[in-house]
Amino acid sequence: MKGRDNVVWLGSPTFPEAARTALADTQLRHNLRKATGTIRDKRLRVTAELDDWEQLREAGASLKRETLRHLDQHLLRLEESVTAAGGTVHWAHDADEANRIVTELVLATGQREVVKVKSMATQEIALNEALAAAGIEAYETDLAELIVQLADDRPSHILVPAIHRNRTEIREIFLRDMQRFGRPAPGNLTDSPADLAEAARLHLREKFLRAKVAVSGANFAAADTGTVVVVESEGNGRMCLTLPETLITVMGIEKVLPAFSDLEVFLQLLPRSSTGERMNPYTSMWTGVTEGDGPQDFHLVLLDNGRTATLADTVGREALACIRCSACLNVCPVYERTGGHAYGSVYPGPIGAVLTPQLVGAEHAATLPFASTLCGACYDACPVKIDIPEILVHLRAQVVDAKRHRPSAELLAMKVAGRVLSSPRLLALGQRAGALGGRVLGRRGQIGRLPGPLHHWSASRDTPVPPQESTRAWWRRTR
Amino acid sequence: MVEANPLNSRERVLSDIRAALSDVSDASAPVQRGYARSHAGQDIAGLFASRVADYQATVVRATLAELPGAIAQALEGRRVIVPPGFPPEWLPDGDWPADEPPLTVAELDAADGVISTAAVAIAVTGTIVLDAGPGQGRRALTLLPDYHLCVVRAGQIAGDVPEALERLDPVRPLTFISGPSATSDIELDRVEGVHGPRTLHVIIVNDL
Repeated sequence: MKGRDNVVWLGSPTFPEAARTALADTQLRHNLRKATGTIRDKRLRVTAELDDWEQLREAGASLKRETLRHLDQHLLRLEESVTAAGGTVHWAHDADEANRIVTELVLATGQREVVKVKSMATQEIALNEALAAAGIEAYETDLAELIVQLADDRPSHILVPAIHRNRTEIREIFLRDMQRFGRPAPGNLTDSPADLAEAARLHLREKFLRAKVAVSGANFAAADTGTVVVVESEGNGRMCLTLPETLITVMGIEKVLPAFSDLEVFLQLLPRSSTGERMNPYTSMWTGVTEGDGPQDFHLVLLDNGRTATLADTVGREALACIRCSACLNVCPVYERTGGHAYGSVYPGPIGAVLTPQLVGAEHAATLPFASTLCGACYDACPVKIDIPEILVHLRAQVVDAKRHRPSAELLAMKVAGRVLSSPRLLALGQRAGALGGRVLGRRGQIGRLPGPLHHWSASRDTPVPPQESTRAWWRRTR
Repeated sequence: MVEANPLNSRERVLSDIRAALSDVSDASAPVQRGYARSHAGQDIAGLFASRVADYQATVVRATLAELPGAIAQALEGRRVIVPPGFPPEWLPDGDWPADEPPLTVAELDAADGVISTAAVAIAVTGTIVLDAGPGQGRRALTLLPDYHLCVVRAGQIAGDVPEALERLDPVRPLTFISGPSATSDIELDRVEGVHGPRTLHVIIVNDL
């Protein structure tokens, strides 16, 4: 049983319960509608600029799928290239092992604090918590991650973990909490985004300048050259990747690309899909260590943590093509209304609904495959053409199969329905009973609340009153 | 404490991958490469200039003869760090801070700014790529100072991302810069100016 990592937050309510709470939060819904609306327009503008956008998606999709087909070979090649360039490669079967490797590497430097570049992989394995348990302070340096860390909050979006917060809330968090972690926010801080960015710059500057150890994730790694890539905006990534003496990068095994030249596809797809820009402000690439420039000690931790289990599912493995752009979150009608916390995982939204149940086993995230209307907007937006609706349906079948042997009201109802529908006599009886019941329960042609266990069905929808007379009865009466 | 054998995890992950892929044949599936090598038109330098300007950076075009004047004008009296290998004849007269011996992070942080050349530029995306080569210096030089003036030769500008990557050596540390540092973390709206240089100034040398 899993549970030490953040793929599923322990104690989180199921999606339907959490969504109900989130939907009642009008501030949250306002923040999400504004932010996702902004990014949707920007993405459409910059993707429309490229007349071969569909060919680029096709290339990204086929490259990722082809890489996964020979994942072992590409990882071995990556290991060889990184080692030859002066780096050290570690392999971690699960979150605990990855955390132990990173903790021991930090302790070996004699340092007790690290600066961190935003990284989904280290979020996933709950690295900060593991480091804290070993007496090591980990400082998040991405602005949104900083907001989440300062407020002791949880991320709600892959790209912008603090998307659920608006500028006024961020100002309050800075004024209240920055002093606990270092340099306090300026007393005259306003809620203008430029002012808030300046406050973050001042707060983190001292941490960058004294940092000896950095921890990062990786967007891509080229197997042929051993080049690791981090795509970012603020410059916090460059700070962490350049100034410290030791750099530890934790990377999911699915991030490997066969060749450096394959980046030509993803450096076009990723920025346009994620922040809706032609190119993000900063992209750093490094190959092992370079004398006299940047960290002289580089460690790459290759993380499985449920990925090989996902790879074994011939339908679900497609989710491993994800490049974490979060376009699917921004276009999802469900995500826009519930926000990310309702998914109970570091991976929210449509991609989270297919990734989380696979990483932890469908039985530990059984409501997530149902957290979708199957409208397909995510598939249309995905730069690597992951057919998220297809995987959702596949996972729904798994969830249903898993409880098929257990008696449930739904199963019983379906069995009864099967009997009734296959017998004309029982069907006629049922229809007469339904018409009678409808007359008792119906109000203006609708039934609000169904009796007994049927109330689960009626809790979120009205049921039309059954007709007074069925078509079959009418036919028999008038023919 | 029990020391785990790193070989075991390596073998375990690799064998789990192989088991997971037991349905997959060895044959390679073709990668669809129907996309364009470039989205740039004929006027590559002009496109680069307008795309850099879109990021709230300042762009100036000059001839080689005009370059020292353009640099002096852009600097507005700032004492910028000059990386090793930067052509001295491009600089206004004076004693410029150098990175020899290497400056401390505190010195870099306190500097007025930095001037550099570039390795490659990308027109369609308005991107400058540094590879720590001559005139660019180690990565920290163009990171900590708040002002970055970058001189790009027109001949260094590639039309688009695929052409640019072909010109780059992945063994060198590479930094792709598209405008001043920015964030979209507050309400997903782009704001310029976080940790990297908040002012980016680009001079394109038309005849180099």
